[in-house]
Amino acid sequence: MYTQALDSPTPEGRPATAGGSAALAGRFEERIERDEKIEPKDWMPEAYRQTLIRQISQHAHSEIVGMLPEGNWITRAPSLRRKAVLIAKVQDEGGHGMYLYSAAETLGVARSEMLEQLLDGRAKYSSIFNYPTLTWADVGAIGWLVDGAAIMNQIPICRCSYGPYARAMVRICKEESFHQRQGFEIMLALARGTAEQRAMAQDALNRWWWPSLMMFGPSDASSTHTAQSMRWRIKRFTNDELRQKFVDITVPQAEFLGLTVPDPALRWDEAGQHYLTGPIDWSEFKAVLQGNGPCNQERLQARRAAHEAGAWVREAAAAYAAKHGGRGAQPRSAADTTSQRAEAPRHE
Amino acid sequence: MSDDWPLFEVFIRARSGLEHKHVGSLHAADARMAIEHARDVYTRRQEGVSIWVVRSSEIVASDPEEAEALFEPARDKVYRHPTFYAIPEEVKNL
Repeated sequence: MYTQALDSPTPEGRPATAGGSAALAGRFEERIERDEKIEPKDWMPEAYRQTLIRQISQHAHSEIVGMLPEGNWITRAPSLRRKAVLIAKVQDEGGHGMYLYSAAETLGVARSEMLEQLLDGRAKYSSIFNYPTLTWADVGAIGWLVDGAAIMNQIPICRCSYGPYARAMVRICKEESFHQRQGFEIMLALARGTAEQRAMAQDALNRWWWPSLMMFGPSDASSTHTAQSMRWRIKRFTNDELRQKFVDITVPQAEFLGLTVPDPALRWDEAGQHYLTGPIDWSEFKAVLQGNGPCNQERLQARRAAHEAGAWVREAAAAYAAKHGGRGAQPRSAADTTSQRAEAPRHE
Repeated sequence: MSDDWPLFEVFIRARSGLEHKHVGSLHAADARMAIEHARDVYTRRQEGVSIWVVRSSEIVASDPEEAEALFEPARDKVYRHPTFYAIPEEVKNL
């Protein structure tokens, strides 16, 4: 799931040639121009490296924190099928976090450093996960809207100029589409259910619609990173372009469900062939990003508690590895098993 | 500076008959745990029938700065490819 364009300070003010000769910078720009991929050991401008570290680690954190709102419903999923699906989805999000942390590490940042930044609150992650999941319909709305928005954001990153990030995104996008479909299926079941179930689905849409639109990041007019990231081919579309695409495909889906998008200003623009939305409340977005969303504290506390509770396991594993020379317990080979069985009578 | 578990590179054989292919990396306390983590991280959808892991620190890589010296010499040897040779069309099975 879940990358988000977040505006936070970066060393972008630095000239592209910092730390390298103009010739290297020139060659780098040419490679980007030719749509070549940049690989970990290739020369790259420091600002490009830092921009990627920031974006990929925020993306990874979002996957990890993103497990929490949905994990909340695993024990209360309404059927065994729904529970199995939700576990698989949450496990995927964890896996996506792992692919992305690995990609970020190729740029020279340690996993422990990124984790520390998340746990001490310095790192940002997608604002969407600071909203609570109050009902089962929220699990449907997250799959349908939040994963839908994430896919819209992520597909262009499959063509990102940085090889490891692009490869991680290809893998993630492949796995992601079941997430969105299972969410829509939940919404459909509720929408076709009792009046109470329909109300639950509508309530979830009401609460998740605007935060989903905010997932695309600030509007182009106030996005400070977009231009440079597009020049570097980290980004291929602006925040507003992607948001518009999302609105255009999602509104008809809401209509199919018989639900109402909570935007009285929403209208179809025949001339532009787009749905036009009312204004987005960016003060809410900023407040959530700054740590004042409904669940910011709770999410970080849950991550910290998990990290601390797992400390003894990590220590034990490291001690075991040190004792056994880093290979760990080997599975008994078939030959061993056979010979032991054959020898067994002699020991009796 | 880092108290991370060592990094391992993961190679997966998608099905028998194919070679193991690099799929990514992960941290693990030891090789056995690396295989177990690789199972969970890289084969949740039957992507593999066999896993190799190797410590990333054990991999020796060519230097991108030497790419020219290493690979340029092959560039002008087009005669290593079958299409270099002009054979009359009426000649069959060549």
